[in-house]
Amino acid sequence: MRKFFFKRLLQLIPLLIGISLISFFVMHLAPGDPTALFIDPNVDPGELARVRANWGLDQPIPVQYIKWLWNAVRLDFGRSYMTGQPVIGEIAERLPNTLILMIPSYILTLLICIPVGVYSAVKKGGWFDNTFTVLSFAGMSIPTFWVGLMLMLLFAVQLDWLPATGNLVLPLITMTIGSLAGLTRYQRAAMLEVLNQDFIRTARAKGLPERVVIFKHALRNALIPIVTIMGLSLPDLFGGAFIIETIFAWPGMGRLGVQAIFSRNYPLIMGIVMFSALLIVLGNLFADIGYALVDPRIRYEKNDK
Amino acid sequence: MIEVKELKKYFGVVRAVDGVSLAVESGESLGLVGESGSGKSTLARLILKLIEPDSGTINYDGIKNIRKDCQIVFQDPQTSLNPRIRIGEAIGEPMAIHKIVENRKSKIENRIKDLLDMVKLPAEYANRYPHALSGGERQRVGIARALAGEPRFLVLDEPVSSLDVTIQVQILDLLKELKRKLNLTYLFIAHDLSTIGYMCDKIAVMRAGKILEIGTTELILSAPQDPYTRQLLESSPKL
Repeated sequence: MRKFFFKRLLQLIPLLIGISLISFFVMHLAPGDPTALFIDPNVDPGELARVRANWGLDQPIPVQYIKWLWNAVRLDFGRSYMTGQPVIGEIAERLPNTLILMIPSYILTLLICIPVGVYSAVKKGGWFDNTFTVLSFAGMSIPTFWVGLMLMLLFAVQLDWLPATGNLVLPLITMTIGSLAGLTRYQRAAMLEVLNQDFIRTARAKGLPERVVIFKHALRNALIPIVTIMGLSLPDLFGGAFIIETIFAWPGMGRLGVQAIFSRNYPLIMGIVMFSALLIVLGNLFADIGYALVDPRIRYEKNDK
Repeated sequence: MIEVKELKKYFGVVRAVDGVSLAVESGESLGLVGESGSGKSTLARLILKLIEPDSGTINYDGIKNIRKDCQIVFQDPQTSLNPRIRIGEAIGEPMAIHKIVENRKSKIENRIKDLLDMVKLPAEYANRYPHALSGGERQRVGIARALAGEPRFLVLDEPVSSLDVTIQVQILDLLKELKRKLNLTYLFIAHDLSTIGYMCDKIAVMRAGKILEIGTTELILSAPQDPYTRQLLESSPKL
């Protein structure tokens, strides 16, 4: 298991370099120039050139990339053009705000999607299942930003229960709705598949109570795909954070990222992209490990025959 | 021991079991033969009350708790064992429920060991997961599992048709031995007459949800009445 873990950890290095390479070049493909935003256009062209040279923007892009990479491997992601602060510091300052949104949303999603999915599968075709089928298709097809705006309209403007911005509740609900719909469907599908397996018929033939058949025999197997999906849904959470934090003016990493993109703040964009990428690939790694822990058929090194 | 009268079960337009009457006497081994889709497995499931019939009656004589006294060995040992549950636990589960032994860990473990021994598997298999076993070994687990509740009546639903031929004979001999030792009654389902001829005292031939003929093994094999039985006989390899 440990050997497997370190091997997978090493595989992340080329993956992250690849991500940085693509992001860096795509970022520079976007039109616009950071100096246009930060510097008074009436300033002396010589001064402008001096600033550009200072930021290294006068050099060919491949050279800029190599320099960025060389610094990045030493954990120096440069300084934000806007504030002059180190990028790492800027991210570290905003990260807790994003996590305070993401972690409860993640947990809430799990707590809701497993029971709902399981119950829908067990009572397939019942009113509960039908209601949640409609709701989850609606949840999957309605874009997050619209859900966010509608919630804001209802709870902040009409009912005046919650402030529109700077409050955790509405962004948290919006984020959870976004990830809930799909995961509930996955859990339902996984459970349905397991319930149709022969060994469930065996369990019933043994005379086990239905409760034991469902929670012990079926659920244990139906949780395996969910572990993977939860790992793979991390990027969605990050993507969602960019949108949701912007809508609700939540001072997290996602909003910082959106601001960085609009102001072509290259070091900050790269810093946030790489940091998100790192979290996502680590999330996938942990999903794989979790997978191995819950499925006895996958034991990477144990003496299981 | 079990008497079935005019049993019917339709799935939509499919008449899986269409007015079947038959009786299984205590201590005998009744073979149920027919091609795929003839309703053999549905009939078995009806007898075990795993599904409910549309009409007809089943009388159980000397059977108090169907889940305990009647058990089934399924065709495919690959899929009929839960991959997440260790062999020992799979076998031990019915014991506590049917109160076969005192609900104490050591008692249950001993009984699991006995059952594994009965199907000629080493005791340490109790701690393994199904994927670590071969097909024949898994079917032995399936049999041990079925025996855990000390049943009197066992449905064997094509228990060897997914196994290699050499393994098939071993499993059949094991089943014969267990029947003698534990005084069991069998309903043996198969689609070829040679396995059934090897195993059973009586044979019932089934086609399209109906029983075509029932008789002793010698009679059916030597002088089949129904043309379909003759056809089955001609197509089956000699064991």
